[in-house]
Amino acid sequence: MLFWLDLVLVLLVLTNLRLLGSSRLASCIRTVAAQAVLLGVLPLVAHPHDVSLRVVALCLAGAAMKAGVLPWLLRRAVVSANVRSEVEPLVGFTTSLLLGIVLLGVAIHVAGQLPLPDDAGSPLLMPVALFTTVVGLFVIVSRVKAVMQALGYLAMENGVYAFGLAFAVHEPLLVEMGILLDVFVAVLVMGITIHHISREFEHIDTDRLSSLKD
Amino acid sequence: MIWALLLIPAVAGLLCLVLRPNAPRRALLVLAALGHSAAVAWAWADADGRRSAAIGAWMAIDEASLVFLSITSLLFLAAAVYAVGYLARENREPQHNPEDGLPFENYSETVFTGCLLAFLATMSLVAVSRHLGLIWVAVEATTLVSAPLIYFHRHHRSLEATWKYLVICSVGIALALLGNFFLVVATRAGGGEPIPLLLQDLTAGAARLDHAWLKAAFLLLLVGYGTKMGLAPMHTWLPDAHSEAPSLVSALLSGALLNCAFLAILRVHGLMVSAGLGDFSRELLVLFGLLSMALASVFILNQADFKRMLAYSSVEHMGILALGIGIGGLAGYGSMLHAVNHSLTKGMLFLAAGNILAACRTKSTLAARDLLRRLPVSGLLWLVGFLAITGSPPFGPFLSELTILKGMLDAGNVAVAVGYLLALAVVFVGMASVVLQMLYAPVEAVELAGDAASHEAAPRVKGRAAEPQREPEPLWSIVPPLALAAAVLVLGLWVPAPLAEMLQRAAAVVGVN
Repeated sequence: MLFWLDLVLVLLVLTNLRLLGSSRLASCIRTVAAQAVLLGVLPLVAHPHDVSLRVVALCLAGAAMKAGVLPWLLRRAVVSANVRSEVEPLVGFTTSLLLGIVLLGVAIHVAGQLPLPDDAGSPLLMPVALFTTVVGLFVIVSRVKAVMQALGYLAMENGVYAFGLAFAVHEPLLVEMGILLDVFVAVLVMGITIHHISREFEHIDTDRLSSLKD
Repeated sequence: MIWALLLIPAVAGLLCLVLRPNAPRRALLVLAALGHSAAVAWAWADADGRRSAAIGAWMAIDEASLVFLSITSLLFLAAAVYAVGYLARENREPQHNPEDGLPFENYSETVFTGCLLAFLATMSLVAVSRHLGLIWVAVEATTLVSAPLIYFHRHHRSLEATWKYLVICSVGIALALLGNFFLVVATRAGGGEPIPLLLQDLTAGAARLDHAWLKAAFLLLLVGYGTKMGLAPMHTWLPDAHSEAPSLVSALLSGALLNCAFLAILRVHGLMVSAGLGDFSRELLVLFGLLSMALASVFILNQADFKRMLAYSSVEHMGILALGIGIGGLAGYGSMLHAVNHSLTKGMLFLAAGNILAACRTKSTLAARDLLRRLPVSGLLWLVGFLAITGSPPFGPFLSELTILKGMLDAGNVAVAVGYLLALAVVFVGMASVVLQMLYAPVEAVELAGDAASHEAAPRVKGRAAEPQREPEPLWSIVPPLALAAAVLVLGLWVPAPLAEMLQRAAAVVGVN
């Protein structure tokens, strides 16, 4: 099963790079949705002997929410905001991609410093989770559109979640559901705020949200 | 008891969403606040009852919970009374953005009241949680329900503040989630059975935790919850949100919400201490504390917006809290006392700032002047609040800041103590120049206005009714901050023995001694 796990992890790395290199909002939304699907598969291939009904249900719920409902919400926010569909990065796509490679290297290095317990599955897991988290952070700070920041937040959450899914499958149900609910509401509130931003400013470029400063 | 603390505000909040008429909804807000305070008082009285846990060992009220619950509940009660008059006035008068003069509308009052109560419910949940995962869920929930509160005044500045608040805090909290997962790994790295993330189980099994993972987890949790607490350099959302939110919301954010995040950090710190890594977490807390104080003092100098000034003062005081815990010992107790004092003082200052903003229609420290004559009571509150928050005797913060200083000197940390005093001095000078300018009063005029405030009608009687600019100050707008001011004064003169004992035990619960 290690092969399948590694395959999923490598695909996750590719989605991150696509998120960095893509110039259309719609394809970025699709990329993050694809990430969520991969995450849904991850615990099934990471712990094939440990698949219970509960794990499957949680994975399904998480994937349905992050790959179905949230992308739909964000797409609606884009349509209702009536904005141009380019990403408009502060850092160019090529530079972003190159930085992405550097970040991947850093993630692998950092992961090497923290030895994993034996049942971790694949040695790739930790670097990939860290990489996804950092890419999410990078997207938040380097993209202008509010929708991209919401997507960056989702990608970051995905990275954290990838780590959690692979290890913490024994987390109590209440906490898992709470985390899912919080992420859902967070993106919902962000979507509503984006809607208001577009009504108020007729754009959703956060670099022009700059009247508050010292 | 725990359920009363959570369900009273939660159910009342839901009811508020469906109640259409204004009057019963506002009454419900105050009633729920009273109910919550009554439940907290019950927890004080019934020591056995409060320790009995709910849903397994997931929720219980220990001493630290009780301290923070009391602060939150008291402040919320003051804010709720203030809100009744505030919302009535907001409904009546056309609104204009003080910065650009453009008209704007308010967000629905139904949603505002509902979110206010949900905010109280989520903050109570943070205080009573004893499972680190549940604490995370609750802290993130406080962000989400308070975002609409900041966007109550629908204009572009509040929108910008809301967006920054949402994104920065969500990112911070996501890092804290990673920290939680690292903690799970730390419980399993040594082999053997995984330990659930319940505080008492973790403390009991602390010796088994893997140190490398635990350190990484603490760092992430400190940065994550520190973002929410407003520690520099993760504080960037704080001045924006505090200055743009309605003043009663700013009072709650500063006095209650930041403390909740602080409590989350305290819980993890307690765990580090029992795992034998106390020195690591103490050093980090001292570092972030000093950095917050230094950075806030720089931004307070020449601050042109008085609500932003208060916001930076909150960053400074959060730094003091972190610093006190980092030093430990007597300073740890001082830190707990300071959390109480800071919340009450800052709550009162923000409510007074709300009155000033409503009367002067500006947040500029250059335009809001001559306050002691235009708003005798709020002006006096502003003066008292300034003296209290900068640590002047005889108010509460003086006592707690002195305790922290003594703790530092006892621990032999002279360098830290010098930095601490320096930052306090810079903040005092910075705030003094701004506040005195606003009051527009040399010393003798201050005394004169103090006189006028103690006998409200006196100016008229003495034939000084010719004061043309005197603005009306309705009772609802001055009674809550006056009550808080009285509490701050009392705490400066005398800390009641049960409170002192509770604070001592709270410090011990989170591993400070």
